[in-house]
Amino acid sequence: MTVLAVAEHRRGELRDVSFELATAGREVADATDGDLHLAVIGGEVGEFADRLDREGVDVIHTIDEGEEFNHDVYTQAVAALDDEIEPDILLMPNSVNGLDYAPAVANRLSLPLVTDAIAIEHGDVLSVTREKYGSKVETVVEVDSDRAAVTVRPGEWPPAEGTNGAGIQEFDVEIDESAVRSTVTGFQEVGGGDVDITEAEVLVSVGRGIEEEENVALVEALADTLDATLSSSRPIVDNGWLPKNRQVGQSGKVVTPEVYIAIGISGAVQHVAGMKGAETIVAINTDSNAPIYDLADYGIVDDLFDIVPALIEEFGGEPPEV
Amino acid sequence: MTLSEPLTFAGGESRLMKILIAVTEVAEVEDDFEIDGLSVADQYLDYDLNEWDDYAIEAGVQLQEAGEDVEVVSVTVGPERSEETIRMGLAKGVDRAVRVWDDALDGDNQLGVGTKADILAAVVDEEEPDLVLTGVQSNDDAFGATGVALADEIGFEWAAVVNDLDLEPGDDTASVHRELEGGVEELTDLELPAVLTIQTGINKPRYASLRGIRQAQSKEIAPNSLADIGLDESVTESPITLTQLYEPETESDATVFDGSPGEEADQLADLLRDKGVVEG
Repeated sequence: MTVLAVAEHRRGELRDVSFELATAGREVADATDGDLHLAVIGGEVGEFADRLDREGVDVIHTIDEGEEFNHDVYTQAVAALDDEIEPDILLMPNSVNGLDYAPAVANRLSLPLVTDAIAIEHGDVLSVTREKYGSKVETVVEVDSDRAAVTVRPGEWPPAEGTNGAGIQEFDVEIDESAVRSTVTGFQEVGGGDVDITEAEVLVSVGRGIEEEENVALVEALADTLDATLSSSRPIVDNGWLPKNRQVGQSGKVVTPEVYIAIGISGAVQHVAGMKGAETIVAINTDSNAPIYDLADYGIVDDLFDIVPALIEEFGGEPPEV
Repeated sequence: MTLSEPLTFAGGESRLMKILIAVTEVAEVEDDFEIDGLSVADQYLDYDLNEWDDYAIEAGVQLQEAGEDVEVVSVTVGPERSEETIRMGLAKGVDRAVRVWDDALDGDNQLGVGTKADILAAVVDEEEPDLVLTGVQSNDDAFGATGVALADEIGFEWAAVVNDLDLEPGDDTASVHRELEGGVEELTDLELPAVLTIQTGINKPRYASLRGIRQAQSKEIAPNSLADIGLDESVTESPITLTQLYEPETESDATVFDGSPGEEADQLADLLRDKGVVEG
């Protein structure tokens, strides 16, 4: 069997998920003693290929088209390479860019697609584990097809290490320019401003459980009392209750404070991606099954509207009326 | 002339823009629940408008309000139950709705990406929109693939995970921001017709007004079977089968503080003092 995995890079850097894909791909290929091919498209492909030559990688295909990711180019390039080497399994990252081309590739090649895999097994059939309802349940789906496409959740597999001396092959694709109807014109960093939550030693972080905008003042008061920095999960920023520079998570900031106090935060995977490196994690949440408790070192399973005022008073502060 | 044909007005410049919004009804699971076979037992499920689609509806309605001749139509693949969700969109300003359902679509198995894309493609063929909006993903299955698969199927341009949209009705190019990881946005220009998958936070979804809710009652929700949109049951065939559904084992080894709120806060305060967060 043959596995083809597509690497990801942005602004001159390979992204971690590329090396994780190599691990996942090797795992799947091992089931049948098969080959693992990687593909890297655009940018400094030669340099990228050298760095992608990790343990378990047999062949690296370089496609020298463009500098940055463009989904029209990626879709054509991956489809052409897939036609050429006909892998049994095509792996792509379940990243924002992965989801911008993987469904188009699968559709174009009539491949069944399973996204956001957290485990992949290939026995008699391909079976993929994924989550449903946030992370309240896990499901296993079986794919009854000779060939399939799977996108792989970033951060679930360890990165491949070492080197293997993989063969590097240039692959030429005739890109149909008339089908490239989108242009990436630039990038923008968001979330600047006066506060840098990545520098904070103690973060007090507020989530959806706070319910109303005016209640945010309660958590802010706790942060002030502890001389800590206020941060939040995504819904608080989506609602416009705190500015974007306070957001912890996949699309916000990755933080590694000494203490992270998650208040009314369930711990969705996108949030966890931004704070799992904290040294000590404290959760305050009414739902004892919330995924944040899989990560927390300490927890209080109770109503934040009782706990936070009590905590402020413990340290001699005065909780605001909410 | 039917509404699905582009209208040309006097002067020949003004053109009706049509926006199709794919709206999904999702199931949300209560904190405590039981599993029945390959699904969560129905009494623990609450059905609601998909959170991401609420932002897609708002984006569509804002475009409608920005131009004279913009029609906004929603399409939902769902059983009769989903009409309650569909009416939420109509109450917020969607002009009319199409609902596709068929006994062949019923069952535990989630619909495959290909099935959903094929059904939506058939509706696109009928409606001929200039712009299709969907949420980035549904918050139950979270496949995140339907919009882009649809775009490829119907030959539209696309952009996934859009959190900023610059488009005036009648424009043939849209400028979008795509929300990448790590606080970086990609700026992209793309040609219409296009499919955009809309990220939460792109706008502030409105609440339906009482007037809107009243008006929604008289708006059309056109029910369609697969045959009505020129498809047959073969569209539901998928090589992907759900074989297990279970509650993951908790990995929690958190020390949980017990007692009254005061006692719990007291223990946490001690911990924070121990960790040197607070002196004394």
